[in-house]
Amino acid sequence: MDALITQLPVGLAIGAVLLLAALGLNFTFGQMGVINMAHGEFIMIGAYTAYVLHAWIGVNPAYSLIVALPVAFAVTGTLGWLLELGLIRHFYGRPLDTLLLTFGIGMILQQAARDTFGAPNVDVPAPPWLTEGITLGDIRIHYARLFILTLALTAVAAIAYYLNRSRQGRQMRAVIHNRDLAAVTGINTRRVDATTFFIGSGLAGIAGVALTLTGPTGPTLGTNYIVDAFLVVVIGGLGQLRGTVIAAFALGMLNATVEAWTDASLAKLIAFTAIVALLQARPQGLFTVKTRALT
Amino acid sequence: MTTTAPALLTRLRGPLTFLALIAAALLLLPLLLEPFRLNLFAQYLCYAIVALGISLAWGRGGMLTLGHGVFFGLGAYAMGMHLTLASTAADPLNTTGLPQFMVWSGLTELPWFWKPFTHPATAIAAAVLVPGAAAALLGWSVFRQRVRGAYFAILNQALAAAFVIFLIGQQHLTGGTNGLTNFPVFAGHSLYSPTAQTTLYTITVLTLAAIYLLFRHVNNSRYGKLLIAIRDAEDRVRYLGYNPTWAKTLAYALSAMAAGIGGALFVPIMGIISPSLIGVIPSIMMVLAVAIGGRYSLAGAATGAVLINAAETTFAETFASGWIYLQGALFVLVIALAPHGLAGLTRQAATALTRPRTRTTPPAPQDTTTGSPA
Amino acid sequence: MARTRRGALTAATTALLLLTTACGGATTDGTDGDTVTVGMLHSLSGTMAISEVTVRDSVQLAIDEINADGGVLGHQIEPVIEDGASDEATFAERAEKLLQSDDAVTVFGGWTSASRKAMLPVFERNNGLLWYPVQYEGLEASDNIVYTGATTNQQIIPALDYLREQGHTSLYLVGSDYVFPRTANQIINAYAQAHDMEITAEEYTPLGHTEYSTITNDIARTEPDAVFNTLNGDSNVSFFQQLRSAGVTPDDTPVLSVSIAEEEVEGIGADNIAGHLTAWNYYQSTQTDANTGFVEAFTDTYGADRVTSDPMQSAYNAVYLWKAAVEEADSFEVDDVRAALDGITIDAPEGTITLDGDTQHVIKTARIGQINDDGLIDEIWTSPEPITPDPYLTGYDWAADLTG
Repeated sequence: MDALITQLPVGLAIGAVLLLAALGLNFTFGQMGVINMAHGEFIMIGAYTAYVLHAWIGVNPAYSLIVALPVAFAVTGTLGWLLELGLIRHFYGRPLDTLLLTFGIGMILQQAARDTFGAPNVDVPAPPWLTEGITLGDIRIHYARLFILTLALTAVAAIAYYLNRSRQGRQMRAVIHNRDLAAVTGINTRRVDATTFFIGSGLAGIAGVALTLTGPTGPTLGTNYIVDAFLVVVIGGLGQLRGTVIAAFALGMLNATVEAWTDASLAKLIAFTAIVALLQARPQGLFTVKTRALT
Repeated sequence: MTTTAPALLTRLRGPLTFLALIAAALLLLPLLLEPFRLNLFAQYLCYAIVALGISLAWGRGGMLTLGHGVFFGLGAYAMGMHLTLASTAADPLNTTGLPQFMVWSGLTELPWFWKPFTHPATAIAAAVLVPGAAAALLGWSVFRQRVRGAYFAILNQALAAAFVIFLIGQQHLTGGTNGLTNFPVFAGHSLYSPTAQTTLYTITVLTLAAIYLLFRHVNNSRYGKLLIAIRDAEDRVRYLGYNPTWAKTLAYALSAMAAGIGGALFVPIMGIISPSLIGVIPSIMMVLAVAIGGRYSLAGAATGAVLINAAETTFAETFASGWIYLQGALFVLVIALAPHGLAGLTRQAATALTRPRTRTTPPAPQDTTTGSPA
Repeated sequence: MARTRRGALTAATTALLLLTTACGGATTDGTDGDTVTVGMLHSLSGTMAISEVTVRDSVQLAIDEINADGGVLGHQIEPVIEDGASDEATFAERAEKLLQSDDAVTVFGGWTSASRKAMLPVFERNNGLLWYPVQYEGLEASDNIVYTGATTNQQIIPALDYLREQGHTSLYLVGSDYVFPRTANQIINAYAQAHDMEITAEEYTPLGHTEYSTITNDIARTEPDAVFNTLNGDSNVSFFQQLRSAGVTPDDTPVLSVSIAEEEVEGIGADNIAGHLTAWNYYQSTQTDANTGFVEAFTDTYGADRVTSDPMQSAYNAVYLWKAAVEEADSFEVDDVRAALDGITIDAPEGTITLDGDTQHVIKTARIGQINDDGLIDEIWTSPEPITPDPYLTGYDWAADLTG
């Protein structure tokens, strides 16, 4: 029980990182069924955006991170939009092909990063106000983690608002439920697809910026997170924002508490086993969307 | 059915080409290639065996197995464990009778699951049966729940990730990141004499040929047609009264067994098996090789595996970074423009050249195993 | 029908393959006219390229210097460069090629334990000679490998001696989950038991792990005297960032790392790691004449922003040690060179070093360094004298149980 309390912020912190990495996938994979293996590379590009702003353009590290968030969103969003426009839209209905296709794209992006920035990790200094932490009794809270958690929750709130309240968001949901019917009612499904991909990829950029606070910034950054991120979306249930949120924090807490009594290697193994077991009981994830499409 | 002479000739041409290829591989290549290159070629053939399995599960059955490295690894480790034990026993300097990595990890006794692998027969049987059983168990439990398409692919990927973490974490049992290596002896003979290497090569060629024939037979059987039906419209097959679960499980298990055999042959040829050969990325690479060769054609899949691995060696020898761009671009182009892979392209070219008939490649089967929730 | 065409396809590709595989097969004699072929085998792609490319650069530098100076026994060194691709099997395969196809008289290469273990049987059955440049976990002495980096008693044990001298008696162990950290920690445990030190925890994380909050919070809470860090590569970035967030400073709890050199400090961020300790045998700041020359030559060749590190220096030394042994033997033959190894001495950047013929390791001085704000490492402690390599720790009573 003691461990559970001290591990609570750790679990939330891990969960927040997973959530950020998976939020973009919630759009591209969850909403559109497109498995974008280059998503990890988009995260990586987001992180390098923060690096470029600081090291090449010389933005003050005290606020370069804040500046980097919208810039990275725009950069990776545009890349995602181009990817959708140039390739992915020809492959709707062939998700497994898209998976392999985007893996090839990911390889190219990763090598491009290596050739541009060099193979070693680069240093993205955290703003001075995020490097420390505070101790409350037995619990240690890292400001950087608090920032990521806040960022993740803000993003969730913004997405929820967008999907439920805005016109475009509701169009997006309509397309997910039944593409043909949505098209008949006059929704431009092409534009909705492009927007969805833009937002999903842009979120990867934001995740990348945030991840510079807790981990290395290098060409392989994305591959560290991509498998876990996909699992979060699968456990949560495709197209389910609340499922993704719950799955991310559940996985985070599971990792943190198991790690407290064994070690991190075993924690990961146990988490994987738990996921396979869970999918036995709920093959479609925790929550399922009731689609009105005919299959 | 009456057969005219030309028709008979056409029917014989296939088997004849097949025999000619095997004869060329067995008689010609060992003469042409220096031992080092022949050994490399034998490695590629091991991946070709894995590719046959992936073609059956994915091309035929529509199951994208992104975790075939696991089954390759199970077969490889089974063989590796035996070779490690055999070489330990033959090492006069080793007094403990335990593999060195176990001694350093503080073990004083051979773990129970290592014991059966002292006998080569157990190891060979395990290399085939363990991957098969593992796949059957996993397959049955998820196919029963109608987990498919993208879910199945990602689950497989997670499996590969978990397996690697297990192998690395349980260093005292598995050799950790170093894997199993340094085993010069098999059944009392040196593994690295020229005769041993040629023998291994011959066995690999014959195994590849046998598995090819077996899977061709499977594909042409009623069961093969059922698999296509399941791939293209699983729900309709269900409505027709078939139970897709066992059919898919069988294909998945057969496919895993092929991967296990490929792995078991790979280890004595390569002299090493380690987690980095079987993780998430190597598993995807195995699938991509099949995509490039042509997932719907067994011969195409096997050729793809040989070509991609040969190209990897050749290009890595000359230019490292450029090769990754080229490889990435090749994956994108082939999957985008030629869903039937090189086999499809060759067939199209052949059709266009030989007779201007209207019959072209069948359209790409609609991938109905979509990620959208059903 | 379909079968024929598939057959034709396969036949065509087999022919093509024959061409591609046969191409690289032209053999050259190891010492052809006035050149001598050596192999360079490092990961130029994949995750390990980060580290290994720097080693490749310094080997190349040494070869260029020697060639400019007249070569070895009148032969110009001609390196054949191969990519290990961060993959053990590729290392084994490429090593086989270098020895069999290229007839390389010797090979410089390897970094990870896994790559060395994979190459070892290849070098043994072809009777080749591999120069391995990185500190490693010991428990190995192959006739076909020369180890120019430190073994455990030249790095880990001196580091423990230092910590003990400083009055640090409780240690927290954190490492990546692979062979070097596990072996290192066994040694540390045995050492601690024999010297009345306490090991408060021993934690392992998967390679590439990025979540260290549990461990860093634990360190902050249990306040050990020091942390002994055997994490590898990328994980160090997360570890030090999160250690700082957890409020652990080098003054309270210094972290002594054995896998962080000048190259890695940049990616971790000097401000995250400044003040913490490292254990090596060489730093860019090491004060010797040879080092001044080495650093100057290196930055002249590869750019002023490049740093030099212990593995790079050990790889650089390897080429000079090999040259000296060849000249001593007056032959490129592996057996002759091996026989000449014992007692070969050179003035290396790390100081005067001597080859120990019994173990084929290098007798070298251990150094503890402290990372400064500029990302370089200042030497703060030096072992009283060069340490004779003891890969199986036979000279330490407390280690008797470790090596079986």
